[in-house]
Amino acid sequence: MSQEKATRTDYAANAKELKLTHRVLAEQRFEQRLPHRGYNDRYLSIDLGTLSIEEKPVTPQMKDVFIGGRGFGLWLLWNAVTPTTRWNDPENALIISPGPLAGNTAYSGSGKSLVVTLSPETDIPIDCNVGGFFGPLLKFCGYDCLEIRGKAENEVIIVIDGTKGLITIEEAPIEPADSHIAAEIFTHEYANDEKDLKNVSVVSAGKGADHSRIGCLNFSWYDVRRKGVRLKQAGRGGTGTVFRNKHLKALVVHGVPLKGDMNDSADYDRALKVGRKLHKEIMEHDDSQCKMRKQGTAHLVEIMDAYDLLPVHNYQFGAHPDTPKIDSSVWEKRFTQGIADFCWYGCTMACSKGVDLYTLRTGPYAGHVLTVDGPEYENAAGLGSNCGIFDPDWIIESNFYCDSYGVDTISFGTLCAFVMECWERGILNAERTGGLELNFGNGASQLELLHQLARGEGFGLIAGQGVLRMKHFFAEQGWGEFDFLQDIGMEVKGLEVSEYMAKESLAQQGGFAMANKGPQHDEAWLIFMDMVNKQIPTFEDKAEALHYFPLFRTWFGLNGLCKLPWNDIEPPDNRSTDEPAKVPEHVQNYVELFSGITGREITKEDIIRMSEGVYNFQRVFNIRMGKGLRENDIPPYRMVGPVTREEYLSREERYDGQIREKLGLDPGEMTLEAKMDVVRKYREEQYQKLLDSVYKRRGWTLKGVPTLETLRTFKVDFPEVVAVVKPFLGGESGPLT
Amino acid sequence: MIRVNGDPLAHVPGMTVRDVLQARRFLFPLVIVKVNDQTVPRPLFETFVVPDEAEVWVLHLMSGG
Repeated sequence: MSQEKATRTDYAANAKELKLTHRVLAEQRFEQRLPHRGYNDRYLSIDLGTLSIEEKPVTPQMKDVFIGGRGFGLWLLWNAVTPTTRWNDPENALIISPGPLAGNTAYSGSGKSLVVTLSPETDIPIDCNVGGFFGPLLKFCGYDCLEIRGKAENEVIIVIDGTKGLITIEEAPIEPADSHIAAEIFTHEYANDEKDLKNVSVVSAGKGADHSRIGCLNFSWYDVRRKGVRLKQAGRGGTGTVFRNKHLKALVVHGVPLKGDMNDSADYDRALKVGRKLHKEIMEHDDSQCKMRKQGTAHLVEIMDAYDLLPVHNYQFGAHPDTPKIDSSVWEKRFTQGIADFCWYGCTMACSKGVDLYTLRTGPYAGHVLTVDGPEYENAAGLGSNCGIFDPDWIIESNFYCDSYGVDTISFGTLCAFVMECWERGILNAERTGGLELNFGNGASQLELLHQLARGEGFGLIAGQGVLRMKHFFAEQGWGEFDFLQDIGMEVKGLEVSEYMAKESLAQQGGFAMANKGPQHDEAWLIFMDMVNKQIPTFEDKAEALHYFPLFRTWFGLNGLCKLPWNDIEPPDNRSTDEPAKVPEHVQNYVELFSGITGREITKEDIIRMSEGVYNFQRVFNIRMGKGLRENDIPPYRMVGPVTREEYLSREERYDGQIREKLGLDPGEMTLEAKMDVVRKYREEQYQKLLDSVYKRRGWTLKGVPTLETLRTFKVDFPEVVAVVKPFLGGESGPLT
Repeated sequence: MIRVNGDPLAHVPGMTVRDVLQARRFLFPLVIVKVNDQTVPRPLFETFVVPDEAEVWVLHLMSGG
């Protein structure tokens, strides 16, 4: 579709007038200060019900055991809730925590915030790692994290102004909630002038978060080159839904101007040294490696297709002839090139690509001209191929509206793929969807479903409850058999699966289904190691990988770091190292970065140990909330093997070979149904054996419960934690039963 | 016949590492290739000739969000 060149739609012209309509409900003076060795040793706690604004200490134990970021979030959330608390109770807390390394501008990917809250989808903690400036600016106001509790009576905003040393809770009744407008307006309301816009960041969620369980949060930063606000998403698990349920319209931080080492590092030169080395590496090699600077993660589209890993038609298939219509060459042309697209200063990887001057075609903003952030790989695969949509314009449009409405693109893509398969199989029809024709490939209907979801109307309202609840609802209505819906509905623990085919990788099935928060790839992505490289053939090998990689990746979330500079670029001599998959030189960079900033000397082994405490704590937290046992780590069969005849036939050679080689049977003598049955039995047994191996390696019982010895080893054997696991343990450490 | 990550692939005289990668549709850029235990630097993928009966390992690293 041709795009007329036009000027970007201006939403902020009357921002200062809108600000006059605010009514201050509460205010608190504070002393703006900068961290020492990465920490402020205090955090900000706000109760929207009582309008209290308090500073609380970050204790040495918090720093020692929980490190920061996701660790702080989980600890504060644990203390805020009880086993019966649910996402929409006032005591549910929403915590934003950047981590001790966040805000440094020496090392690429150091501006992340972690969001933790009880998820409306899963009823257990969700954690999201998000870019944008909010976390670092909050930290440089003097707080290691922000905890929000309670519910406001009317819609409010929280403003943390480091330049004035003032925190306010304000009613802001007029500004629209949708994030592309809210972020733009609030940024202009609280910046002193044009030059100050980059010192303001806004967290918001739009109308979609009001009416669904899959709401996300948008974290903004002002892009001085585009002269507009950009957005990054804390996407998974309904963080935006919790935010809007608390009657929050926005969080605004107005930070002090940045300069040098604002973390007051112990030895900043160590951070600078590894940072410069990485900058050089990215500049010299990215073009011949992943092209992150030109394509972002969208470079993966055709790669996943080539390896039969791109989800197509609700994860039935792993490739499609139309993939070239949405591959990286398409996105590279759509993305504005030659702009440093970082989401925090100092990131040379600069993968926050965007489509500029895009004219919307549908919905309440049809005709508006704006910048669409992304699409990233997950969006192209989830909104695109998984729904059979291979038109980049529909993907861009859906991507924009998901973000602006505050809807998680991954969950929406996966649930849309699910309802489209239900339509194709007659489980849904026009009468049941209110007239929406939800066949695969129907981009217009996907957009209308999204608009309905945002309006809280029609079938969109049902879809916005997520795959888990739709499965039950469809079965209760008598529209389909629950067992079949269970097989094809791609969720675990209530969270929709992210956009990779795991059918032929047992390790990745575990990586998804055992992930603490639910099936998100940021814990472990092992498909190449397992399926393609055949590096981890035994259960013990897979268990080792499912120990190391989830823990290594957890560490990024403890510190406010992005994962991408770890292994989306590699040093030229990485091939000569003992364990190239771990990128050892980059691991050592992180050792230097952490030691240099915090002054706490660590080794590469300490990285795993630090994560292990938090990871086990989160597992116990899940158990405490009723969802952290073996039975909660089981994937839908669609993730494990072929549910339908078409799926089997699409990979018949592979499955027949498995019957022949692994089971010693002759597939030529068997009916298709018989072959499907034996493959299913075999694969489900393999998965159970994987659980046994992984639990053993992690120091858990066969029920999936961390033993007392494990909790002691990682210093999370607090009495209230032990009390949660004890009923599941037979003896002191618990038998492996 | 050669073996690529343990699976057989027909050998074509003069075939290079790049030819092997294309035959397997191994498009991912972050790979380490070993031919008979010898690591082949990426700049040589186009010119390094894979002999018949070679054991080729293509180790894919990781990428993505």
